[in-house]
Amino acid sequence: MPQWDLARSDVVLVMGSNMAENHPIAFRFAMQAKLRGATLIHVDPRFTRTSAMCDIYAPIRAGTDIAFLGGIIHYLLENDLWFREWAIPYTNIATIIEDGFAGPEGDGTFSGWNKEETRYSTETWQYKGLTVPSPLAEAWMETGGDFAERVSHMRDGPPPRDETLQHPNCVYQIMRRHFARYTPEMVERITGCPRDLFIKVCEAMARNSGRERTGAICYAVGWNHHTVGAQIIRAGAILMGLLGNVGRPGAGMLALRGHTSIQGSTDIATLYDMLPGYLPQPHALRPHGTLEEYLKVETAPTGWWAEFPKYAVSLLRAYYGGEASEANGWGYDWLARIVGDHSMLPISLAMDNGVIRGLFVMGQNPAVGGSNSKLVQRGLAKLDWLVVRDIAETDTATFWRDGHLIRDGEMRPEEIGTEVFLMPGALSGEKAGSFTNTHRLVQWHDKVVDAPGDSTSELWFVDELGRRIRKLYAGSTRPEDKAILNLRWNYPRDEEDEPDAEAVLCEINGYRCADGKLLSDFKDLKEDGSTACGTWIYLGVFPEPGKNLARSRKADGPEGPGTHLGWGFAWPANRRTLNNRASADPDGRPWSERKKLITWDEEKSEWSGPDVPDFPKDKRPDFEPDWSKKPKGMEAHSGSDPFIMIADGRAALFSPSGMKDGPLPEHYESVETPATNPLHPGMSSSPAAKRWDQHDNRLAPPADPRYPHMLTTFRLTEHHSGGTPTRIVTTTAELQPEMFCEIPVELAGRIGIRMGDWVVLSTERGEIETRAMVTSRLRPFRLPDGRECHQLALPWHFGWSGFATGDVANVLTAVVGDANTGMHENKSLACALRPGRLSRVQRPRREAT
Amino acid sequence: MDGGLINRGAQEAERTAGARIEPGRSYGFFTDTTLCIGCKACEVACKEWNGLPADGDMRLSGHSYDNTGALGAETWRHVGFVERLDDRPGEMKPFQSNWIMFSDVCKHCDPAPCLEACPTGALFRTEFDTVVVQQDICNGCAYCVPACPFGVVEVSKADGKAHKCTLCHDRMKGGMEPACAKACPTDSIQFGALEDLIPRAHQRVEHLHEMGQDRAYLYGAPGTPGATHGIKKLNAFFLLTERPEVHGLPSEPVRPAPRAQPSLLAGLGTLAGLAAAALVFGLGSRR
Repeated sequence: MPQWDLARSDVVLVMGSNMAENHPIAFRFAMQAKLRGATLIHVDPRFTRTSAMCDIYAPIRAGTDIAFLGGIIHYLLENDLWFREWAIPYTNIATIIEDGFAGPEGDGTFSGWNKEETRYSTETWQYKGLTVPSPLAEAWMETGGDFAERVSHMRDGPPPRDETLQHPNCVYQIMRRHFARYTPEMVERITGCPRDLFIKVCEAMARNSGRERTGAICYAVGWNHHTVGAQIIRAGAILMGLLGNVGRPGAGMLALRGHTSIQGSTDIATLYDMLPGYLPQPHALRPHGTLEEYLKVETAPTGWWAEFPKYAVSLLRAYYGGEASEANGWGYDWLARIVGDHSMLPISLAMDNGVIRGLFVMGQNPAVGGSNSKLVQRGLAKLDWLVVRDIAETDTATFWRDGHLIRDGEMRPEEIGTEVFLMPGALSGEKAGSFTNTHRLVQWHDKVVDAPGDSTSELWFVDELGRRIRKLYAGSTRPEDKAILNLRWNYPRDEEDEPDAEAVLCEINGYRCADGKLLSDFKDLKEDGSTACGTWIYLGVFPEPGKNLARSRKADGPEGPGTHLGWGFAWPANRRTLNNRASADPDGRPWSERKKLITWDEEKSEWSGPDVPDFPKDKRPDFEPDWSKKPKGMEAHSGSDPFIMIADGRAALFSPSGMKDGPLPEHYESVETPATNPLHPGMSSSPAAKRWDQHDNRLAPPADPRYPHMLTTFRLTEHHSGGTPTRIVTTTAELQPEMFCEIPVELAGRIGIRMGDWVVLSTERGEIETRAMVTSRLRPFRLPDGRECHQLALPWHFGWSGFATGDVANVLTAVVGDANTGMHENKSLACALRPGRLSRVQRPRREAT
Repeated sequence: MDGGLINRGAQEAERTAGARIEPGRSYGFFTDTTLCIGCKACEVACKEWNGLPADGDMRLSGHSYDNTGALGAETWRHVGFVERLDDRPGEMKPFQSNWIMFSDVCKHCDPAPCLEACPTGALFRTEFDTVVVQQDICNGCAYCVPACPFGVVEVSKADGKAHKCTLCHDRMKGGMEPACAKACPTDSIQFGALEDLIPRAHQRVEHLHEMGQDRAYLYGAPGTPGATHGIKKLNAFFLLTERPEVHGLPSEPVRPAPRAQPSLLAGLGTLAGLAAAALVFGLGSRR
């Protein structure tokens, strides 16, 4: 949903996010909703500047979000407060699941758990009699038999359903059984949130959903940064699915991003396992040997992803231009294969273990932001070379001189052989390019000033790097070098020797190979190699020469309609609200006048409204697939299946595939926690979480008495992530000039800590010292077993560079990850606290000038 | 005043603040504390636009999230934080923040005590009814400092001259709203002509009362607390829910000038009496 659409919400639940502090511009729309009478709710371990603006603040112990959300789901199901008319046709709530499915009520694992390989087999999670391909482009999963053959049965007929919801293995009954344990009493026991307050949240959510009203959830990395992060988000999505808060005005889930263009960088493939546009990166250990095999197992038989081959072949054509041909599989062999998890955490370990010898760091500060920072710094110290490109000398660039290894006496600078190259980057105003924000809105920005000195744009740097590397490989006949030599790498430069960023956007948009004519609709992409397209979801952003829609700045006036179709370009196809077919009832009529968006116009025989319909424009609401013809792609969806990217067209309350740690969210404690899990004490934390046990990455066992406190990390509005842009200028540095630890008054009183005192925090990975900020904004909690527990909170922006300095919070965190995403768990862990300082080499502080 | 520099065509302020800037009208800020999220964008925007240096010692103050302390020669917008969470609330009154944030600024008083105290004419009232110090005329006597009932004006250690908020006089001349108001993401700081801002603020108070926030009131609008003892209005006025003292504001600011006049006369009278006496005694002694 667009951020601005929050102004039309009747309830906004902010959870896993400190929205007012970290997304103040988006929060203005939440404030507009509040001015119109909406209820604002903040659920968080800390009372923050966001809590201060809300009507309800519900405190929870860090890492217990699933228990809280599961409790709301339980409340809605048991009190029949969900939006039945919406959820039955639009979600899989009536779908029947395999007989062998069993929930985690017993030993804490779902059916299909393989203890030896510590992973799940998803066979028993499937729709009865079917194998459902994942709604991600990464469709293939390990199954017995031929995967492509098995999923092809999705074309035989609709998945089995019981719309009376009586079948014992329909999703509704499974969910009732699963969430039966999440009573208000259990919610209070696990989360520490008083049950009356919890019920007020349930009531506010239920009261503000239905035909006439809608609600939204805003979350950020407070949800992501857990070993159960993806499942917390699933729990939020299930809640919204039950309440009909998807695809409608003022409804949805806003994934607030940590940087200006993090959405863009995921779209255009900084993730190691994705090619641009969410196409899977070929995997050496999967049936991805040839293009034919890759397309066969990754193409979903039903739903929009049936179009996958067109996008994959067009991407190869964009990469390899004229070198790609039908004979060489459009250059498919030249794509790199992955062999496992190559995300940030395993890369840190691979450096530490001497596997990776060189590293480029661009716009990132892993010495500060990386989990288990001392392990990261040890890894940096083992590299042959390190290139840091940034706008200032970052902590990562000076780890060898001022880092924790040096200060703690572990190494001396002269013992570190890493050759560090520091290269000056340019800020956004110093280069042209685009931002893609949380709501998939692509907005262009021009260069307004020259970057100082030798600073260059990232585009120039990467283009230049490509040119020079290709020169080094010129003339090589080795087959593996073709991956470099055959790349289409001909970006034009302007009179200042700067590559033309709009030329890159044109390549992303796509063009006809024969004459280079820009494409305007992704339906024009072809599987036969006649079209090239860098990122299929961006198609339409540059539909003709000189027409960069990301540049467009025509906002709607006060008279409406408020979709602002003339402002920037929202992928795909300039749609502002995804799944907006769900804003109409199955017959195509609005659920209410107040919440009208897209409706079926019988006269014109098409979907119409103030947004671009996220549905085939002329597909009638009463369309039914002709199953006798084994329909393919969108032909296998009815006219009332709003979720076109999902194989059966319906939102997955129960996820048969795509999740590696369970089809439904279950409360697991963080891998380090002072609590034991009352749901299954023998399986306290997620069994599927990624754990890497090595000497400098030890984990404390659950409820370890040495680490009695819960620890969470957070960001301040005054600083930006790793802190480079804000700690180096006095204007922002003076606003939060020093690292600190938030400590509840009760704990501080007990161990004799006053405001501003030095304290030491420790975990199995290391120790840091910092100043105490004693505050009532944090409060004591009861653990499930009744013991009192305190939470501490650390801002993680600080390091040794710049004016605002302090120890690195991530010295305390561990390399441990979510089973699905490999995302670290820095929002909940266990630690110890004592008054005092560490003895270490003291260095003079740099003074402000 | 020089109105020739004013942008007579379309102005940026019309788009960003809905206000047209014309000489001869009164302008100011309506700062609504119930909408402030404490993001300090106003402080940063002010320092960036006006090129102001850091004025702290880069140490944690211990006063909640406030590390810049107070308004001064180098800080012209300042966000204060008051934590009121000892009862650990869950449900909160509408727009009643338990972590009270307040963006303070020069009030641009009418009449302005600092201006009245200034012997050199360095402080003057502009064509927009705001109060500005001209550092090239200021002699650093610092009479304005104790004259200000709000402790806003300060003499800079760097150049020995008085400095304070100009309501972005330079931006206003260019048809732009002041930097702090433009940067405010929640419209807690609203810039405009006072004839528009004052009724809007009264409406906002009424709206808050209707929503159950019965403690909301204006501070510094004509006829409200803050506009007392000879001060007719504060061109930068506030909507508060707490007593003024909670934010470091005087409950009843006083304009010193009316007291200065009688005491000046009394002083002159005494002087005259002494002179007369000296004359008499002098004459007497000569005898």
